[in-house]
Amino acid sequence: MEGINTEELARKIRIHAVKMVNKGGSSHIGSVLSIADILAVLYGRVINYRPNDPKWDGRDRFILSKGHAGVGVYAVLAECGFFNIKELDKHYQNGSIFSGHVSHKGVPGVELSTGSLGHGLPVAAGMALALKIDKKPHRVFVVMSDGELDEGSNWEAFMFASHHCLNNLVAIIDRNKLQSMKSTEETLALEPLLSKLDAFGWDAIETDGHNHEELLNAIQGETDKPRVIIANTTKGKGVSYMENKVEWHYRTPTGEFFEQAMKDLGEES
Amino acid sequence: MRDALMESLFELAEKDPNIMLLTGDLGYGVFEEFEKTYPNQYLNVGVAEQNMIGVATGLALEGKTIFTYSIGNFPTLRCLEQIRNDACYHELNINIIATGGGFSYGGLGMSHHATEDIAIMRALPNMTILIPTTAEETSSSVVNLYHNKGAGYLRLDKSKFTDASLAHSKNVLGKVNILREGNDITLIVVGGIADEVMKAASELSNKKIECRVLSLYSIRPIDKDAIKMACKETMGIVTIEEGNLAGGMGSAIAEVCMDNKFKPKIFKRVGLEERYSAVVGSQNYLRSYYKMDSMAIIDFVLKEYEKLLK
Repeated sequence: MEGINTEELARKIRIHAVKMVNKGGSSHIGSVLSIADILAVLYGRVINYRPNDPKWDGRDRFILSKGHAGVGVYAVLAECGFFNIKELDKHYQNGSIFSGHVSHKGVPGVELSTGSLGHGLPVAAGMALALKIDKKPHRVFVVMSDGELDEGSNWEAFMFASHHCLNNLVAIIDRNKLQSMKSTEETLALEPLLSKLDAFGWDAIETDGHNHEELLNAIQGETDKPRVIIANTTKGKGVSYMENKVEWHYRTPTGEFFEQAMKDLGEES
Repeated sequence: MRDALMESLFELAEKDPNIMLLTGDLGYGVFEEFEKTYPNQYLNVGVAEQNMIGVATGLALEGKTIFTYSIGNFPTLRCLEQIRNDACYHELNINIIATGGGFSYGGLGMSHHATEDIAIMRALPNMTILIPTTAEETSSSVVNLYHNKGAGYLRLDKSKFTDASLAHSKNVLGKVNILREGNDITLIVVGGIADEVMKAASELSNKKIECRVLSLYSIRPIDKDAIKMACKETMGIVTIEEGNLAGGMGSAIAEVCMDNKFKPKIFKRVGLEERYSAVVGSQNYLRSYYKMDSMAIIDFVLKEYEKLLK
């Protein structure tokens, strides 16, 4: 993994994602672009995995709780060799296994199907607890959205994980500050989020969610508590006209929009 | 039923260290010994049922066999989507135990009356649903759920039907238990309300109507053969369950009959009719109030017989 250029991996994730959403006529591209750097750092530098043996017991576990950004996971798994990149063309097609919200059925490397928000963290906590009980050294990573923190089940799990000292659990919150219709602060205010998470007994760190070295530093290092990283991000990151625009939670980039996106990402369309 | 449950859980936990019992902060006076004996196999997750199923899913994905426990509607309705998306869709061996089925906690009020759980669990594909009538069926249920891969639901009751002759009955997944032989009419029951049904059967026998009484015990998988024979060999079927009729056990029987062209001459579902139970009272009082006790069953059967004989 040392040899992987995570900046290039992030760029490829974004390109695949825009192409998949364009071809599939699907949505949530802004949410995918938001976490492309997080996925690239995790799969490029942090997570242990064997693409030819996806259920290898020695792997670190990864869960995407914000399942609507599933195309990002499909893209990074394809780039990391779990399946052929050509398979990505099937996203959102009739009969496909690559649904809009991430699915484990038939997709190697996906641990958990999600899509309804607030499910990922409790499951990740259960996995982390099992690894502790079985004295296995692997870690569990879960990527959540900030809007999803409205769901009460997350706060049950925040309490649970700190109560059980699950320091093998890392939650990364994609803090792009936009949710489905408006900003998080206009919808159901999350701030002060860092101190909230700290008060819930987590090792809470805030970082730039697009700066790979900063992300890596935030993820690494020993802790005796579960760790939560508030990764400050820009929704739609990397495509000029999508950045910080809530409408790209839903819209599909077609025609000129698609051309411009490819241009912004340095890809010939 | 709780004694039988604990006995079975102890036996299984002793044999298999991967068995875990999760409770949503209920089971005072029930789980202390288990916690002491198997501290690594017991977890009180707090009053947080959504997280309980999520954590159960994470544990099961790592190879654990899970039993979750709470009362009434809490372990099912409160965390229904976690059961559907996490436990069921991922085909995990997560078994939900709800104690206090029906009106077990009658005095506690509507929040604690579990009356829609059967219908709602039945709506989830591949969910095994077991509702024991006796202590013996309870023990078998726990063992069957342990061996059966995939999610399961075990609904327990404060009341139970006791009959020494059933102590050694084999409780096979997907097979009814015959509580009483008879060839006039078939009464099919789940849960401790079997007591009322057996009383009714005994009274009807005095009036020369011999009831066949079946404990359905396993709602899914369901015993189609027993239903077929009931339609063929007796006048028809009366189902009795302590819960809402819409989508419940009686509905399951009706579906089997309609789908397979079994034609019972008499068909009646006894249970709670399209309403929330707002009345307070003991389990027996509420059974009588909502007309699902032995009197109600006897009345119905006698009326139907009169009609048929005219």
